[in-house]
Amino acid sequence: MKRNNGNIDRRFDRLRPWAFRAAFLLPALLVYAVILLIPIVDSMRLSLYSGSGLVPTNFVGLANYIKIFTEESFSTHVWGAFRNNVVFFLIVTLIQNVLGFFLALAVTRAVKGAAFFRKVSFLPTTLSVLVVGFLFRQMLNPIWGLLGNYPWLGNEATALPALAVAVSWQFIGESILLYAVGIDGIPSEHLEAARIDGATWFQETRHIVLPALMPIVGMVTLLIFVGDFTQFDIVYSMTTTMANPRYTTDLFGSLFYRAAFSTPVRGGWGMGMGAAVSTIMVFVVSLGVGIWYYAFKGSRKGEV
Amino acid sequence: MRVKYRIQESFYYLLMAAYLLIIAYPLYLMVATSLKPNAEVFTNPFGPPNTLFLDNYTNMISRSNYGTYFANSLIVVSVSIFAIVVLSSLAAYVLAKHRFRGSAALYAFFVAGLIIPIKLGTISILKLMIGWGINDGLASVILVSVATGIPFGVFILTDFIRLIPEELSSAARIDGCGETAIFGRIIAPLLLPAIAAVAVVNFIPVWNDFWFPLVLLKSDAVKTVPLATALLFGQYQTNYGYVFAVLTMASVPVVIMYLLFSKWFIKGMTEGSIKG
Repeated sequence: MKRNNGNIDRRFDRLRPWAFRAAFLLPALLVYAVILLIPIVDSMRLSLYSGSGLVPTNFVGLANYIKIFTEESFSTHVWGAFRNNVVFFLIVTLIQNVLGFFLALAVTRAVKGAAFFRKVSFLPTTLSVLVVGFLFRQMLNPIWGLLGNYPWLGNEATALPALAVAVSWQFIGESILLYAVGIDGIPSEHLEAARIDGATWFQETRHIVLPALMPIVGMVTLLIFVGDFTQFDIVYSMTTTMANPRYTTDLFGSLFYRAAFSTPVRGGWGMGMGAAVSTIMVFVVSLGVGIWYYAFKGSRKGEV
Repeated sequence: MRVKYRIQESFYYLLMAAYLLIIAYPLYLMVATSLKPNAEVFTNPFGPPNTLFLDNYTNMISRSNYGTYFANSLIVVSVSIFAIVVLSSLAAYVLAKHRFRGSAALYAFFVAGLIIPIKLGTISILKLMIGWGINDGLASVILVSVATGIPFGVFILTDFIRLIPEELSSAARIDGCGETAIFGRIIAPLLLPAIAAVAVVNFIPVWNDFWFPLVLLKSDAVKTVPLATALLFGQYQTNYGYVFAVLTMASVPVVIMYLLFSKWFIKGMTEGSIKG
């Protein structure tokens, strides 16, 4: 039989690996593309439409963007969220990187309790941001709160930093974990050689440990960046979707939620406008990823 | 030299101790307050509870549909993880062991999803789910969780399968095994440690997800634990003991998962972010 139908058989043999590959690849590919990738592009398309229902239907070109950037009632919110988000990101990055770095130095010393500390420091990262936000909101309550009767979340100057501290408290474990793995990876001969040459602690840290960690610093900062510029749960749980007081804790994530899914009374702008906000977020996030890519290109090559 | 080292050492100890206190205290306060009647919260806000008061928990379970919310979350998390593991390992097998035109690009295409926030497609996802008639159903949240988990699954599993020696599959091929049998009988059993890492790392974000349930689910019968947390917090905000019981309850499953599987968890986390 094989000899008789040699041609067909060969063609089938050539096709078979493809049929098998497709059967194995397509399910994952379909779910990933249809539910993750295409909707992001389709949301950008929907930002060119307007309408009152759940799905905007009237094509309006760039009108949503023109409204957002020229009408004050919209532009103040978008620029406000951008400004707050930058401040929020800077505070979280500073705390998570600097404190995380020193704590990682501590846990990588061969001291008693370091392994336990490593394990426990990651615990808050596993909780939900929502739970952490509610927990901090209760702890900062001015009635019996941990930090006295000062209205930390009611004051325009302290509310946004309070949110940033809550998020840093939760995610610093991630920095400690990743930096500690990086420090573990530094060949011990490098450190010993430096010590024999009489290098001080500062010189050792500055010239050996930090350069070796740069790719991980970049990675951690990127994770913080993407997380913070899409952060929503912390605003919802600590200062509500209205981003109290007076929108001073508004981030892109909460602005997006309000614009797209809230009623007009609670700050809703309609789905088309909401899609425009998420498109602006796509650009901001891509810009950040692009900057990261070029800034840390060299250090990533150096790693290999 | 010796003394200087000692000073450094004590500095690090002090730093760790201070930080440990900062991590532990809020968590302690959450659990301790959940075991106090509301009146005691005001008279004894920061100390341990005077008696073991469990009413906050029993009230939460008897007066709300907490059992349903909890069951919904369990369904979402288990179905999602099962689908993530199956779909990712099938795709990873082909990506790791079959070189063809575009296979490297396809791999990069999957891995790019590690950094793309799915949240930015929410409006279109809602439109899609309404079109399929499954918004306001657990299936919608499950689909979103699976799509979010696939990039990580494909990334970890492809990496892992590449390390499995080629001789194992070629020996089976000589014995007349087809590709499907090779995957099922030889590769899949070897994958278990990597599958465990993928499952554990995905458990946490899927259990904790608040955004998509908030946007997609409306009926009480399909609400998940994070939605219930927000709902009950809003209703009982000034009943501190009760609210802290709600927060504790939402955290127990993830904390148990982490403490049981922290080794796999840390392995998956570090591989996912450092190599990626």
